[in-house]
Amino acid sequence: MNQDSSLDTFPKHLLHTARVHANRPAMRHKEYGVWQSWTWSQLLDEIRAYSLGLKELGVSPGDKVAMVGSNKPRLYWTFAAVQALGAVPVPVYAESVAEEMEYVLTHADAKYAVCQDQEQVDKLLSMSEASQLIQHIIYDEERGLRDYDHSRLHHFEQVQQLGRDKLSNDTNAEQAWLDAIAQGRGDELCVMLYTSGTTGKPKGVMLSHNNVMSASRNANLFDNLTEKEEVLAYLPLAWVGDHIFSYGQFLTAGYCVCCPESQDTVEVDRREIAPTYFFAPPRVFENLLTNITVRMQDAGRFKRWLYSYFMSVASRCGEDRLNGKSVGLKDSLLYTIGNAMVYGPLRNRMGMTRLKVGYTAGEAIGPEIFSFYRSLGINLKQLYGQTEASVYITAQPDGEIFADTVGKPSPEVELEIDENGEVLYRSPGVFMGYYKNEEATRETKDAAGWVKTGDAGFIDSNGHLKIIDRAKDVGKLNDGNMFPPKYIENKLKFFPNIKEAVAFGNERDYTAVFLNIDLVAVSNWAERNNIAYASYQELAAHPEVYRMMEEHVDQINRDLSNEDRMAGAQIRRFLVLHKELDADDGELTRTLKVRRSFIAERYDALIEALYSDKTEQFITTEVVFEDGRRGELSATVQIRDMKIYGQEVLRESA
Amino acid sequence: MGARAAAQSIDQGAELLRVDDISLSFGGVKALTDVSFDVLRGEVRAIIGPNGAGKSSMLNVINGFYHPQQGEVWFAGSQRRNPKPHNIAHQGIARTFQNIALFNGMSTLDNIMTGRFTHMKQNMLMQAFWRGPAEREEVQNREKVEEIIDFLEIQAIRKTPVGRLPYGLQKRVELGRALAAEPILLLLDEPMAGMNVEEKEDMSRFILDVKDEFGTTITLIEHDMGVVMDISDRVVVLDYGRKIGDGTPDEVRNDQAVIDAYLGVAHD
Repeated sequence: MNQDSSLDTFPKHLLHTARVHANRPAMRHKEYGVWQSWTWSQLLDEIRAYSLGLKELGVSPGDKVAMVGSNKPRLYWTFAAVQALGAVPVPVYAESVAEEMEYVLTHADAKYAVCQDQEQVDKLLSMSEASQLIQHIIYDEERGLRDYDHSRLHHFEQVQQLGRDKLSNDTNAEQAWLDAIAQGRGDELCVMLYTSGTTGKPKGVMLSHNNVMSASRNANLFDNLTEKEEVLAYLPLAWVGDHIFSYGQFLTAGYCVCCPESQDTVEVDRREIAPTYFFAPPRVFENLLTNITVRMQDAGRFKRWLYSYFMSVASRCGEDRLNGKSVGLKDSLLYTIGNAMVYGPLRNRMGMTRLKVGYTAGEAIGPEIFSFYRSLGINLKQLYGQTEASVYITAQPDGEIFADTVGKPSPEVELEIDENGEVLYRSPGVFMGYYKNEEATRETKDAAGWVKTGDAGFIDSNGHLKIIDRAKDVGKLNDGNMFPPKYIENKLKFFPNIKEAVAFGNERDYTAVFLNIDLVAVSNWAERNNIAYASYQELAAHPEVYRMMEEHVDQINRDLSNEDRMAGAQIRRFLVLHKELDADDGELTRTLKVRRSFIAERYDALIEALYSDKTEQFITTEVVFEDGRRGELSATVQIRDMKIYGQEVLRESA
Repeated sequence: MGARAAAQSIDQGAELLRVDDISLSFGGVKALTDVSFDVLRGEVRAIIGPNGAGKSSMLNVINGFYHPQQGEVWFAGSQRRNPKPHNIAHQGIARTFQNIALFNGMSTLDNIMTGRFTHMKQNMLMQAFWRGPAEREEVQNREKVEEIIDFLEIQAIRKTPVGRLPYGLQKRVELGRALAAEPILLLLDEPMAGMNVEEKEDMSRFILDVKDEFGTTITLIEHDMGVVMDISDRVVVLDYGRKIGDGTPDEVRNDQAVIDAYLGVAHD
C-alpha cells in the first residue's frame, strides 16, 4: 500500500487507487436481487462524469452539498465527486425529523442537496427556509418524482449525462478536473459531520482530509486491512463511523464496500457477502443474539441440547483459543467438533464466516454478549471514539481483550486523565473545529490540541482505558454517595428482557429507574408461559413481567452492593414504562441514546411518584406517529420497592 | 394476443372498457340489473356500494368469471362473447381477490413468478429441459419479477413463504402477482380490507405509483371512503345491483341517492 505523502486528499487517493487496483471490485450493490459491481476504474469513470455534471450545475469550491439518504453507491460517489470540486459534503441523518434536518441544512449553508428518493425530496421541499437556500436538488431514485417541477430538481443520471456531454464536447474538461484535484490540500475541510446532539442543538464537526486520512490509514495498519477486505455499508452515512469505514478506509485500503438492497435486507445481505471487516453498535449484536436465543428455544430437543452443550464448551475455552492460549487436548478436541456442528453454522447464519475483525462501539456492550461472540471464534473487539477524533481514541489490540475496557490508545493518539477524571486526547485525527461555533470549539479543544471527551474514566493496571460514564452525568445522591446513571443503566440493559433503562438519583435521596421491556424477548417469554396480552402497554404492566423485572433489579442491587464505591447507588424503587422510548417522540437520539433531561421533563409525574410513597401513578403522554400525526397515550403505571443490600448481606452472600 | 396489442395502441384517456346494460342473476337472485359504465385508459375507477350491492359480481363479469344473462362487455374496442378467465388474462386484464388467493407454501418470488404465465411461450418439455430459449425466457421473466419486487419494496421477503407473512404484506404480494402479468387493466377487489392506517397509506401510494409508472388502468372496489375519494378519478356507485351514481369523487359525495344508500339512511 502506498503511503505517499502526495496523496493528501481523498480525490487524489481515488485516482491513485483506480490506477493501482483498476480491475479489483470497488463497490457492490444488490439490486433486482443480484449483486451488481463496479471495479475501481469503472467507479472512477462514474464519479468523474458525476462530478463534472455537478460542476455544470454550478457546484464550486467551498460550497456545502448536503446528502440525505441511506447507503446507496451513488451517495458514496457524491463524497468524492463533491470533494474533487473543492466543495464540502455534509451528510445528514435521513431519519431525522424535518425540524432537525432543517436546522442542520441552514446551519451548514447547504446550497445543493443530494437525496435518495421522493421521501427525502418531499422533506426538503417542505422546509421553507432550507428550501430557499438550496439551489439544486439531485435525486437517485426517480419513482414518484416524474410530475414534480424540474426547474431545480435533477435525476442523478441527468447530472451524470451533463458531465459525459461535457467530457465529449470539451477536450480540456478532464484535464481541468484533474488539475483542480491536484490543487487540493490535506489541511482543507474534507467533510462536515453533525453530532447527534444528546445535548442541545447538533454541532457541525469539521474534519480535514488530514484528519480522516490519518485515522483511516492508522486503522488499516492496526488491523492489517488490505484491498482484499469486503465490508457492508449499512450504518447512517452521517455517522463518523460509517464515514471512516465505508469511505476513508475504503479509499485508503482500496477494499470493496457493499451496499445492501434495503434497510430490511441487511441481515440476508450480510450473510451473502460475509464481510471480512465489520462494525456495529452493541445493539446490533444484542439483537442478533436475541434472535438466535429465541429461535433456539423453538428448536427440537436434540438441537437444544447440542446447542447448550457446545455453547458451554465454547464459553469454557473459546475465548482462550481466540486469544492464542492453549486449552488442553480434550477441550481442544471438543471445540473442533463444536466448530463443525454449532459454531460454524452459527457464524454462517450471522454472516461472520470470513470475519477478520469486528468492532463494536458507541455504548458499552454486555460482557456476556461480548464473550458469546468471541467464544464462537469471532474476533470481536471494542473501540472508543468520537466524531471529534475522526473515530479512533482507543481500540483493543488482538490478544488483549477485556470485556470491561475499551483498549489501549490507537496509533498516534495521546491520552490523559485530568484531575476531575475526564478523559482527554490528542491525535492527528483531532477535528478542525465546530462550524460557526468558536465558543464550543474553545470549550472542547485547548490551544495545545487536547480535546475533552466529556467521559469520565481511568486507565487500569493493564494500560487499558475504562470508561465509567459521561463526566457531567456522574452525580451525587443526597447522602454523598456517587451516582453513575449510565453504569447502572448498562448493567440493567444487559438483561435481554430489558431494552432500555433510565436511572434517576442526582441530588435525590436514592436511585430510582424507569425500565422498558424488550418486546421481542418478553413477548416470546410470554408465549412460552401462556401469558396473554393485547398490547405493548398491557404486557409491560403484567404482574408476571413485573415479577421478572423485580428479579433483574434485585440481581443488580446484589452486584452493586459487591462493588465498593457503588453500594450506595442501589436501586430503591423502579417502574416499567407503558410505552417504548422512541426517537420519533424525541426520547432517544437518532443513534438511539437516551435523552435523559427530555425524559425527565416529559415523565415528571412518574419521577415525582418514584420519590414519594405512591404505589401507582396515572400519566398521559403525547406520541407522534410515523407519518407525523399526534395522539395521546395514558396509563396507570405501577411502582415497586426494592430490597437494599447492606454490608452484612454482602458478607453472607459472598 | 390481438386484443392486447390493440389495447396498448389506444391513447390515454380513450375508452378502454365499457359495460352496457349488464344484468346478472343466480336463480331468482338478481345480482346486477342494467348496469352500464365505462373505464377510460389511465384512470383509477372505483366501484363502491354497501355490502351485497354487486361490486364483486361486476368485477367477476369484467374478468370473465361470470357470464351475464344480458348486456355487452366491450374491451379495447371489441365486444367479448362469453370468454374464459384465462383468455381474459391473455387480453391484458389481471386482478387481485378480496380473500387473498396466493399459494401459501410458495415463496413471494415464486408466487409473483406465477403471474408471468401469460408471458411464457415455451412448452412444458422445453421448460423441463430448461436450456436455450426456455432459460432465456425464465431470465427475462425473473428480471421483470425483480423489478416488481423492487417497486413494491418487498425485497426482504423475497424468499419467505407467503403463508408466514402478515396480512398486509400478503396483499402486497398479490398485487405483485397481478402486476407481473403486465396488465392493461388491473382489477383490485378491496385492496385495503383489513389493513391499518399505515398499510392503507402504503397501498394507496402503490396504486397511484402503478398508474403513474406503468400507465396501468385500474378498477377497484373499496369500502374505505376516504381512500376511494383520495385516489380515484371517477367513481361508480352500486346499490342492490343497480347503478345509482357515477362521476368524480366530489360529484358522488354530494349525490343524495348515494348518501342515502351508502350511509344507510334509506335501507338500514
